[in-house]
Amino acid sequence: MQFKSQAVAKPYFIAAIGLFVGQILFGLILGLQYVLGDFLFPAIPFNVARMVHTNLLIVWLLFGFMGGAYYMIPEESETELFSPKLALAMFWIFLVAGALTIVGYLAVPYATLAELTGNNILETMGREFLEQPLPTKLGIVVVALAFLFNITMTVLKGKKTAISLVLLIGLWGLAVFFLFSFYNPVNVVLDKFFWWWTVHLWVEGVWELILGSFLAFVLIKTTGVDREVIEKWLYVIVTLTLITGIIGTGHHYFWIGTPEYWQWWGSIFSALEPIPFFAMTVFAFNMVNRRRREHPNKAAVLWALGTGVMAFLGAGVWGFLHTLAPVNYYTHGSQITAAHGHMAFYGAYAMVNLMMISYAMPILRGRAANSNKSQVLEMWSFWLMTVAIVFITLFLTAAGILQVWLQRVSESPLPFMVVQDKISLFYWMREWAGVAFLIGLIVYITSFFVGGDEKETA
Amino acid sequence: MSGAFTKSMARNIFYGGTVFFFLLFLALSFDTHSQLPKRDMRQNITPQIAEGKKLWEVNNCIGCHTLMGEGAYFAPELGNVIVRYGDEGVKAFIQSRPKEGIPGRRSMPQFNFTDEQLNAIVAFLKHVNSINDANWPPNDQG
Repeated sequence: MQFKSQAVAKPYFIAAIGLFVGQILFGLILGLQYVLGDFLFPAIPFNVARMVHTNLLIVWLLFGFMGGAYYMIPEESETELFSPKLALAMFWIFLVAGALTIVGYLAVPYATLAELTGNNILETMGREFLEQPLPTKLGIVVVALAFLFNITMTVLKGKKTAISLVLLIGLWGLAVFFLFSFYNPVNVVLDKFFWWWTVHLWVEGVWELILGSFLAFVLIKTTGVDREVIEKWLYVIVTLTLITGIIGTGHHYFWIGTPEYWQWWGSIFSALEPIPFFAMTVFAFNMVNRRRREHPNKAAVLWALGTGVMAFLGAGVWGFLHTLAPVNYYTHGSQITAAHGHMAFYGAYAMVNLMMISYAMPILRGRAANSNKSQVLEMWSFWLMTVAIVFITLFLTAAGILQVWLQRVSESPLPFMVVQDKISLFYWMREWAGVAFLIGLIVYITSFFVGGDEKETA
Repeated sequence: MSGAFTKSMARNIFYGGTVFFFLLFLALSFDTHSQLPKRDMRQNITPQIAEGKKLWEVNNCIGCHTLMGEGAYFAPELGNVIVRYGDEGVKAFIQSRPKEGIPGRRSMPQFNFTDEQLNAIVAFLKHVNSINDANWPPNDQG
């Protein structure tokens, strides 16, 4: 590696992978609860397992983003990190806070946790994805600010590239929009309205800037294509992201008490949201085809191509499927939403982190790329996990279409639970696809421990 | 992507476009806020409804159910549950959940709510049902 301080990224990456494993194990529990309703009840009710599943996802992605930034920014800025010590301190604070939160979810009833952690002082808990107790939310703010300070100071003292600037805007946006998680008015319409300012403006806004910036960085490194070309693409992609994604927030304002004109704004702009993802795919393939060197890390290039394609399919195509208001009237809050969520998060954010880890980890371990044997395993894990998520998505989509038909469209609509029983076959198939995903993840982790001939050195 | 179209032009379009669409979003949000009082029934919010919303939150109901279509998809939509079961039906359902669950079935925990708390939850759900949400869900089944 070029700069000693890049090494702080390593613990972040390791923690990210560890939490990813936890996320998948709880995903399998949830999938089983869908078909064996009382599985682990009342020890781990569905809502608790789901909180653990989604919160671990968010936290491991944040670990990945921070690790990626700590790795990338010194190299982009051509200077050591402002404070590696601060970065390591924040790592432990975030890890301990995250672990305590998960333990809290599992150990005591949620209402007790709320009581114990000062939810009465400021009521922020009990909203989807923002279930964290107040001290955890404050901890996230502290860690995010210290992280941003560290990264910003590094960029300020070094070279300012377009890739760094886009990353900084993405990361600052992440921190700023998280602040809306502290706003929970008693008026449920307002509550929901601003809840999306965190949730939507994260995943369909500023997180895409982080994604684009990471992708551009890895493509420069692995293809050797001219920086000018890559950074121009990056600007075009993030422009498309924000001009579609910001007003695209409107696709969440169809049925929550907000005015009907959002059905037009939301439908039109979110129908355009696939375009930046399509551009990302074209970008990745184009750069790899125009490569000026053969980088020994083929696995990283595979993840880079994969994240473009899968983000386009999951976030783009599966998002478009149900984003037009007349369609969404029937599909809103059904398994179609779940199908989209799974492929979008994997394709866009899980894969971009795995790409960064794939590229950076060998260098952090003192070699340009892993041995051929290790890379072959990693590529197997890529295909296993990716094909598994495609099947999870297809089965949930099938379940969703049936659900929407039986419960909402047919002449004699059936009750929710009756419908759930009728479509359980698809939930079983989804669970088996989930098992395949876990096997892929095990193969992925194994690839880190496969040595072989280490000819290349960094 | 080559020739006349330079990186600095791309950058300027990025900044300009982002600022423009963010301001447009703020303007729309501002307009929404002026219209919301006619739709969100805020004039009817009582301390009891506020208490009901708090109970909804601290028991993480959204971890299994949806409310106006948002939440988890494991258990039924509750934005219109009052229409399906009525006040007393909702209370009776919550009260009668077996502590150890129902063998083989998706089970809702027994929360041991007091009557006062049950009334607050019902008041909150009735309030949500009264919000003008563009006629969603499509039918009473949610």
